[in-house]
This record gives sequence, C-alpha cells and structure tokens, in this order.
Amino acid sequence: MWTWFHKFGSPPWLYSIAGSILRWLVPITVILLAVGAVWGLLYAPPDFRQGNSYRIMFVHVPASVVALAGYYVMATAGAVSLIWRMKMADIALRSCAPIGAMLTFLGLLSGAVWGKPTWGTWWVWDARVTSMLVLFFLYVGIIALYEAFDNEELAGKACAVLSLVGTVNIPIIYKSVDWWYSLHQPASIKFTEDSTMDGSMLRPLLLMIVAFYCLFASSLLLYMRSEILRRESSTNWVRKLVLAKAGQGSANAV
Amino acid sequence: MGRLLAACLRRQLLLAVRRPVEVVNPLVFFLLVVMLFPLGIGPDPRQLTEFAPAVLWIVALLATLLAVEGMFRGDFDDGTLEQLVLAPQPLFLPALTYVFAHWLLTGLPLTLLSPLFALMLQLPGKAIGTLMLSLLLGTAVLSLIGGIGAALTVGLKRGGILISLLIIPFYVPVLIFGSAAVQFAAAGNSAQPQLLVLGGMLSLAVALAPFAIAAGLRISVDAG
Repeated sequence: MWTWFHKFGSPPWLYSIAGSILRWLVPITVILLAVGAVWGLLYAPPDFRQGNSYRIMFVHVPASVVALAGYYVMATAGAVSLIWRMKMADIALRSCAPIGAMLTFLGLLSGAVWGKPTWGTWWVWDARVTSMLVLFFLYVGIIALYEAFDNEELAGKACAVLSLVGTVNIPIIYKSVDWWYSLHQPASIKFTEDSTMDGSMLRPLLLMIVAFYCLFASSLLLYMRSEILRRESSTNWVRKLVLAKAGQGSANAV
Repeated sequence: MGRLLAACLRRQLLLAVRRPVEVVNPLVFFLLVVMLFPLGIGPDPRQLTEFAPAVLWIVALLATLLAVEGMFRGDFDDGTLEQLVLAPQPLFLPALTYVFAHWLLTGLPLTLLSPLFALMLQLPGKAIGTLMLSLLLGTAVLSLIGGIGAALTVGLKRGGILISLLIIPFYVPVLIFGSAAVQFAAAGNSAQPQLLVLGGMLSLAVALAPFAIAAGLRISVDAG
C-alpha cells in the first residue's frame, strides 16, 4: 500500500504527474483568481468606514494566509526528507522557500499599502506585522542556507533541520509578539463561530483564499518541475524528453 | 557516558582558559557597545533609564551571537567533531556540553558583569536583580539556539553572516520577554510572568535543541 508513496521518490514519475496535474490546475487557478478579483474588486459592497480601500484585503489576506501555510508545507517536506531520505522532498522544500518568501513579501507590501489610508502609517511594529517580517526572514534564511552548501543533498538536509526548528518556533514567535499592544485587528474569519464579516465580503474573500492556495500549488509544481530538470539534466530520461520535444518542435516548423 | 561528557566539558573549558582573549572579547564588545549608546542617544539620565533594559538585552544578544560562531569551529577544523560523530554514544549529549561550555564562557560572565553596565546606563537599582535573572535564563536559550545555527554552518567556508540571518529570527521571543521583564521591574511591577516564560523557553530549548544541533553537526561533518 506504500508503493504510491515511494513513487514520489522517482523524478520522472513526479515530473510527469506534476505535468498532468498542472494541465488542469493552472486553468483553474487563473479562473479562480479572475473571478475572485473581479468579484472582490468590483462587485463586493464598499465598507461603511473604509470605503473602497478595504478591497486590498482581497490580496492581503489570501497572500498572508498562504504564506504562513506555505511554511508548514515546506517543513512537512523537510520532515519527509529527513525521515524517508527522499530527494524529491528536498526539491519541494527548495521550491517552497522562494514562493513563500514572495507571498510573505506580497502580504507585507499590501499591508503597508492598506495601512497608509486606514492607520495613517505605512508600517507599525505590531504583532502580526512583526511576525510576518520574521517569517520572511525565516524563508530568506532557508534560501541562503541552501545556496551556501556546494553539495545539494546536504543542503537539502540542513534546510530540512532548519525548517523543522522553525515549526517549533513560529508559534512562540507569534505569541511573543502578540504580547505587545496590537493595532492589527483580530482575525475576522472564524471556523467555530459566526464571522464578524458580512457574507457579501466574506464569499469573495474565501474564493480568493482558495485561488491563492491553487496559485501556491501550481507555482510549487512548476518550480519543482524545473528543479527536477535542472538536477537530472545529465540523466537519460531528461535527454529523451528534451530530444522528443526538440523533434516535435522541428516537425512543427517544417 | 558520564566520563565522556565530563571529559568533553573539561576539554572545552581548558581550551578556553588557554586562550583567555576569546573569553574576554565578547565582554569587551558588550562594554564598547554599551558605551556607544549614551554617545548616540545623549547623556540625559532619564532617557538612558528608559532605554537601558532594551539596550542591555540587545547588546547581550549581539555579544552571544558574536561568540556563537566559534562554538564548534576549532573542533571541526582539527577533526574532534568527526570522532564524536563516530563515537558509539549519542551525539546530542556531547553537543549539549559544547553549548553548556559556551554559556559558561559567555552568558554567565555577561550576567555577572551586567549590574556594572546597568549602573552605567542608569537602570534603577531595583531592576538589577531581574536583569541578572533574565540574562541568566535568556543567555542560556540564546546559546542553545545559536548552537543550532553554528552546527549547521560550521562546515561552510562563508558561514559568518549566514549564521546571523539564520538565528536572529529565533532570538526575537527571547529578546521580547527578556527586555520586557527588565522594563516591568524598572517600572516597579513584578516581572515574574516574563521570567516564567523565559524559564519555559529554556526548558523547551534544552529538550529539543540538542537534537537539532546533533543533526546539524552530522550534516556539517559530511560536508567538510
């Protein structure tokens, strides 16, 4: 029953399965993003106090949510890499880091843009902003550590250890910065009780969050595919693949 | 097992005693940076009192960070670490002795000297006990976290700045609770909650960090 799991260790299998997932995941992502953006930016009602500026939320909240979730995806890949010594998990870990860093950056940037009209300042040292900044540095640290090693296998292991240390620390960092007086509002979306947000705004927001998860998944798969090709560039199956593609290309040209 | 650990610790301390400059360097650094703050902020005692908890804690953090890079360096270069990795005993116990030796040589002296620096920065006398207690607990956590960064980067030629990037994010909670404890005490309140949280962080770090350090050392020995 574990054969499906062990298949993940095979680069050609993962490469082709990622390709066939992407074939439908990318269109879905584009459609969700387009629908969510149009719904949120054009059709959702303006906020009675913030007017239209609250619409930044439709980018800010999904980016931040997925950035944080991305760290746990990365740490899970790290655990898989350490426990089962799976090369493909290293690739997933390495691919998560830049995507997560970009999403965290997007969350911080959109937060700054949103902060100016609502709080009157670009930046505050408040709990959530600070912990997102720390998250950004954790991602950057993973990338820097990976690049510092010459041997990619060891780089993957070192980053796996670091990402696991991070999973223990992220809740602590979050709680510790939470101690400060916070300007940031508490989360409006709650699973256990009624949300403090009206449904007309909540529905497009949830759609955008799903869209960003899809965006994360498709960027991750794309990045992993290119990493696989780069690392396996000297193997036979990649050569065959490239030659087949080249043959198709020249046939089309003729 | 006990003999191995005692020998490890003894060796660490002996090496340090033979090169006293390396022990003194972080303390001199601490003193120098403490001197810089009044020059930058201005000599107004009220302002200094206000900034003192944060300044003392940040400087203690930086002094630990400065020293942490050398935690495994010498023993990595001369092959001692490789022997420890090959030894039948689990690696995390000797790893813990390295951290303990590091703390004895940096965290503890910093803690003992901190009242002096506190007086220079006009920290109220009633906060000095809390300052020492918070540094005693906090620098131990800093050494443990720093050990993870040092273990992961010791095999790299260009580990210097990388280690700060890796571990400063993890230093954030210690700094927040450490300087909050001193601020509370300086304002005349009880700092017990912050000190308890620092103690909790120390327990967690003592329990988990040695495994991460051992994993990091194995990777670095493989890479070297």
